[in-house]
Amino acid sequence: MQVRGLRKTYTMGTNKVHALAGVDLDVRPGELIAIMGASGSGKSTMMNIIGCLDYPTEGSYTLDGIRADTLSKNELADIRNQKIGFVFQGFNLLPRTTALENVELPLLYDRSPGKKKTKELAKEALSMVGLGDRVDHVPSELSGGQQQRVAIARALVTKPAIVLADEPTGNLDSKTSVEVMDLFQTLNDKGITVLLVTHEHDVAEYAKRIIELKDGKIIRDQVQEQRRAADVAATMPTDGVLA
Amino acid sequence: MRASNLIKVAGKSIVKNKMRTLLTMLGIIIGVGAVIVMVAVGDGAKSQIERQIQNLGTNMLVITPGSSSAGGVSRGAGSFNRLKLEDAEKLRNESMYLSAISPVVTTFTQAVGPQGNWRTRINGVDVDYPLIRDWPVSSGSFFTAADVRQRKKVAIIGATVAEELFEDDDPVGQTIRVRNVPIQIIGVLAAKGQTAEGTDQDDVILAPHTTVGTRLSRWNFVSQILASTSSPGDIPAAQEEMKVIMRESHGLAAWEADDFEIKNQAELTEAAAGTTEVMTLLLAAIAGISLLVGGIGIMNIMLVSVTERTREIGIRMAIGARGTDVLTQFLIESIVMSILGGAVGVGLGFAGAQILGNVMGWQTLVNTDTVMVAIVFSAAVGIFFGFYPARKAASLNPIEALRYE
Ligand SMILES: Nc1ncnc2c1ncn2[C@@H]1O[C@H](COP(=O)(O)OP(=O)(O)OP(=O)(O)O)[C@@H](O)[C@H]1O
Ligand SMILES: [Mg+2]
Repeated sequence: MQVRGLRKTYTMGTNKVHALAGVDLDVRPGELIAIMGASGSGKSTMMNIIGCLDYPTEGSYTLDGIRADTLSKNELADIRNQKIGFVFQGFNLLPRTTALENVELPLLYDRSPGKKKTKELAKEALSMVGLGDRVDHVPSELSGGQQQRVAIARALVTKPAIVLADEPTGNLDSKTSVEVMDLFQTLNDKGITVLLVTHEHDVAEYAKRIIELKDGKIIRDQVQEQRRAADVAATMPTDGVLA
Repeated sequence: MRASNLIKVAGKSIVKNKMRTLLTMLGIIIGVGAVIVMVAVGDGAKSQIERQIQNLGTNMLVITPGSSSAGGVSRGAGSFNRLKLEDAEKLRNESMYLSAISPVVTTFTQAVGPQGNWRTRINGVDVDYPLIRDWPVSSGSFFTAADVRQRKKVAIIGATVAEELFEDDDPVGQTIRVRNVPIQIIGVLAAKGQTAEGTDQDDVILAPHTTVGTRLSRWNFVSQILASTSSPGDIPAAQEEMKVIMRESHGLAAWEADDFEIKNQAELTEAAAGTTEVMTLLLAAIAGISLLVGGIGIMNIMLVSVTERTREIGIRMAIGARGTDVLTQFLIESIVMSILGGAVGVGLGFAGAQILGNVMGWQTLVNTDTVMVAIVFSAAVGIFFGFYPARKAASLNPIEALRYE
C-alpha cells in the first residue's frame, strides 16, 4: 500500500480546513501499524481515504496495485468489499442479527464470480477470533469485547489485503483492550496487515510501527523492534481469546 | 450483489423488525381490505339487480303507455294514449319477428280464500305469458287458449298469494272469490322473488285477460303489452317493427310523437345497473383514496426507517454495498411489504365481505379481477412510495452514516 502527497481539504464557507496536508506512507504486507496523534490531527480522515470511503483532495493512493483515488464510487465499494476490513470504535454490528449473519454479511455483497460457502467461511472467521461457540448469539447477548471480536471476524472474512481499525479499543476497558490487541497481534503473526488508530500509548506499544500525525502531517514514523507482547496469561478470561 | 442475496438481506430485515413491518403494512392492509369490501358490496348489488332483470324473462320486449301528451297537446285520460287489447291483437296478426305476445290487463282487488283475505294484483294475460316471462307453474297447469276465448273463471296464483290464501293446503282445484266472482285455481306459479325495485313478483293472480277485462274489472286497463322473440338477434328488428305497428294501431300522424314506449331487456338492465355502477365507482373511489393514504403511510414509515437505519446503511456501505444494493434492498423491502400487506388486505377484505353479507343480508361478490388489481396496485404503491426513501438511503455518505448517532 502506497500513499503519496495525500491532501484532504474541507471547505467550510470561506475558511479551509487542511485535515491532511501532504502525507506519504508505505505499508508493506504483514505490518501492524498504530497511528497516533491529538484529536483533530487527521487520523480518521486518513483512515477513511485508505479505507476507500472517501476521495483525497490531492495525491495518489495505491492499494494492492490499484490506483484507488481514480476509481468510481461503485468500484470503491467493491474494493472495500474485497480488499479492506473495517473495525470501528462502536463495533457497528447489525442489531437483532446473529454473530454468524453479521460476519457473513460482507460475503453477501461479494460480486466476484464463483459461489462461496458463505456460512462456512463466516464460521471459520468466528473460530479464528475465538467465538466458534457464539455463532448464534445476537450482539445484545455479547460483551463489548466479544462484539468487537465479531466485528474483527467480519473484517477478516473476505480475506482482505488490509484491516483498518479506528480506535478499536476506544469503547473497551483496559483488560478487554489487551485481549483485542492480543487478537490483532495473533492475526498479524498469521500475516494479516493491520492499521489501527489509537489515542493510548499503551495500546500503540503492541504495534510493530508507530506513526504520529499532527495537523495533517506525519511527524513521527518509528519502528518498534521490541513490540510489547500482550500479557495474555495475566489478563485472559477463562474462555480464551484464541483456540 | 447477487439478486438472491439481495432478496435474502431484504427478507431478513423485514422478518427481524416485525413491529416496523406491521406498521408499514397496516395502511396497505386497511386500504386493500377496504377496496375489496367496497367493490364486493357494489358488485354484489349490481349482480343481484342483473339477475332480477334476467328473471323478468328471456328476449322480452315491453310496451308501456308513453307520456300522456303527444305533439305538446294533452289528450286527457281515457283517450288514445292508453294501450288496448287491439294493439296486442294487431301485433299478433302483423308481426313477423315476435314469437309470443301477451297483453297485461291489471286490476287491484281483494281476493277471498278459505284461510283469509288478501289484497293483491290481478293480471289478465294471454297464454304466451309464462313463455315470455320464463315463468313456469310449480303445480297444476296454465290456462289454455280455449279458456281465454271462453272467458273461463280460472286463475293461476303466485307463491305469495298461495301462502296467504291457503297456507299449507294445496290450492289447485279450490275456489276463491274475487269481487264476488268465484274463480277456480288451476295452478300455482313457481316462486320468482323480488324485482329490482323490490316488489314481490309472487304477489299476483294470473287469469285470462278476457275474464279479467269483462268479469272482474269495469274496463280493460292494459298496463303493458309483453312480447318476445325467439332469438336475441331479432330484438332490434322486432322493436322497429313493433313501433310501426303500434303507431298505425294508434293512428298517429307522421308529426306526432309516440304515445307508447318500447323497451327491451338490455335497456331495462342498463337503467337499473346504471345506478349501481355509480355506487360501485363511488365506493371504489373511497377505497382508492384509503389505498393512497396507505401508500403515503408506507413512504412515511420508510422515510423514518431510513433515518433510524442510517448507521446500518453506513455499515453495509463500509463492507462493500454499492448505492444500488442499498436502493434495491429498500425497494424490495417496500414492495414485499406492500404486496404482503395487499395479500393480507385481500384476505381480510374477503372475510369482511363475507361477514357483511351474512350480517347485513347484502349480497357481496369478490371477483378475481378486483383481487388482481388490488395486488398489482399495492405492488405499484410499494414501488412508487418506496422509491424516494430508497433513493435517500442509497445516496447517504458512508462516513456520515457511520458517525450517525
Ligand atoms: N466532514 C468534515 N467537514 C469539515 N471538516 C472536517 C470533516 N471531517 C473532519 N473535518 C476536520 O478535519 C480535521 C481532522 O479530523 P479527523 O476526524 O481526521 O481527526 P482525528 O484525528 O480522527 O480526531 P479524533 O482523534 O478526535 O478522532 C478536523 O479539524 C476536523 O474538524
Ligand atoms: Mg477520529
